Amino acid sequence: MAKTKVLERKPLTFAEKTFIPQIASGLATTFSNIFKKSVTLQYPEERPVIPENYRGIPTLVKDPKGRVKCVSCQLCEFVCPPKAIRIKPSEIDSDENPDRAHIEKEPSAFDINMLRCIYCGLCQEVCPEEAIFLQDEFSLSGYSREEMVYGKDKLLELGGTLPDSHYKWDKKKEAEDQPFAHH
Amino acid sequence: MDYLSLLMPVVYALLMISVFMTLCAYTVLAERKVCSYIQGRVGPNRARIPIIGHIPIIGNILTRLGLFHPAADGLKFLFKEEITPGHVRLSYYYLAPIVALVPALTTMAVLPFGRYFDANGVVQPLILANVDIGILFILAVSSLGVYGIVLAGWASNSKYPFLGAVRSTAQMISYELAMGLSILPVFLWSAAPGSDYGLSLFGVVQSQQNLWLILWQPGSALIFLVALFAETNRLPFDMAESETDLVGGFHTEYGAFKFGMFFIAEYAHIIMGSAIFVILFLGGWHFLPGIADPWPSGILGIMMSTVWFLFKVFAMIFFFIWMRWSMPRFRYDQVMHLGWKILLPLAIANFIFYIFVISIFDKLTL
Ligand code: SF4
Ligand code: SF4
Repeated sequence: MAKTKVLERKPLTFAEKTFIPQIASGLATTFSNIFKKSVTLQYPEERPVIPENYRGIPTLVKDPKGRVKCVSCQLCEFVCPPKAIRIKPSEIDSDENPDRAHIEKEPSAFDINMLRCIYCGLCQEVCPEEAIFLQDEFSLSGYSREEMVYGKDKLLELGGTLPDSHYKWDKKKEAEDQPFAHH
Repeated sequence: MDYLSLLMPVVYALLMISVFMTLCAYTVLAERKVCSYIQGRVGPNRARIPIIGHIPIIGNILTRLGLFHPAADGLKFLFKEEITPGHVRLSYYYLAPIVALVPALTTMAVLPFGRYFDANGVVQPLILANVDIGILFILAVSSLGVYGIVLAGWASNSKYPFLGAVRSTAQMISYELAMGLSILPVFLWSAAPGSDYGLSLFGVVQSQQNLWLILWQPGSALIFLVALFAETNRLPFDMAESETDLVGGFHTEYGAFKFGMFFIAEYAHIIMGSAIFVILFLGGWHFLPGIADPWPSGILGIMMSTVWFLFKVFAMIFFFIWMRWSMPRFRYDQVMHLGWKILLPLAIANFIFYIFVISIFDKLTL
């Protein structure tokens, strides 16, 4: 059994019973507060500092050479808990994009319903191509439900370009072009 | 000539009402600003009136100080939808905001706010109606304001307003006594035998030329101040509203302009209360204790005395606001306890003490 220790509470002194010293000290505190700097952030003009690894809205990114990284493997669609993502895979036209023909697939439609998204970040975690990232955008609005379903163009625009250290598809292509390629 | 003498008081009265209402509006702004500074915020700083607000530097400063907000607030109250709940007692429901506002504006008539010298070189007060029962008039009329609250609470026909109204009635009655008793010593002193001022407020100010009453009657001042806070329903005594337990108190069922009138009335009472405290205890328009009237006698002197008086009133208003954002609310039984068991006996003791002091003083000097 834990031991309870009863603390003695001192009876109020006469001065304390009149409240007056307490009120005076309270007034002094509030008065000194008047001259302190305010902590308000003037929101639309001033933006809060967004920490690294912040989970804003999910966005699609391009690699530094301006190519869409997503290969429509649909892992994100599968993992998304609230089923916010809808992807329509299609083939890459090998005549139009000869240097990307070996990638085979890209999404022709990629919709994320921002009203369903819970910002869990699972899509970012599961993506094998590092093509989808939750970035620093956090305030979205729209006049209708349809407007809140962000399509591929919008997601790419929001995502922008992120640095890439692998250039996976370039390496793949190189390897493929070598004689006796084994991949 | 005759018409002019009839017309001038009306013009003066209208002028004073408009100044007073502007003051009310800016007191609301002051409340919002001071409270936000105390809480580490910036307060209202967005409203901007087209032309004035766009003058390069000044416009920005005015906007940041929120000086256009009172106008915006007033317009908002005017243009909101007037909602009358279905369960109210109609005529009383409409009457209540008027009854709340009128007393505060009426007491203004007997408030001296400056001085001038008349043709014979005698000091006269700047006042709408120089009656010699000034304080009696103010006490009588200003406590009518509670009828507004009671009517609002009863006419709203719903429980929270009713509770707020009942509480504030009880509170008013309890503190009125202490208030009346606490200013008796003041008039015991100012309306000394042989003086012709009676109960007029001008007399009180004139009697404080050398020594402000707060300096040698701090007891009266303190009791009066506490009672004043209670009478104006300000925190720590805002039993009538107490948002935390009564939603909005007596004006829960009111919206739009009717709510605006209650709101203005509350601040009108604060301004009146501050002005009366300044007149009774802080020497009115006298400069400092000992230096009564260093101002020239012409129009400049009139303006300076008025400005100095207003400055003191603003300081008091600031004190009211400052107090509100420093103190928690009393519990209802504590309010009653303080009123009946502490302030009332104190006020009586204070009165008796100063009866002795003043009568001994009179014996010695005569
Ligand atoms: S963040 Fe979570 S909820 Fe939003 S799209 Fe990605 S997986 Fe779905
Ligand atoms: S974003 Fe990533 S996980 Fe989703 S379909 Fe594209 S490549 Fe696959």
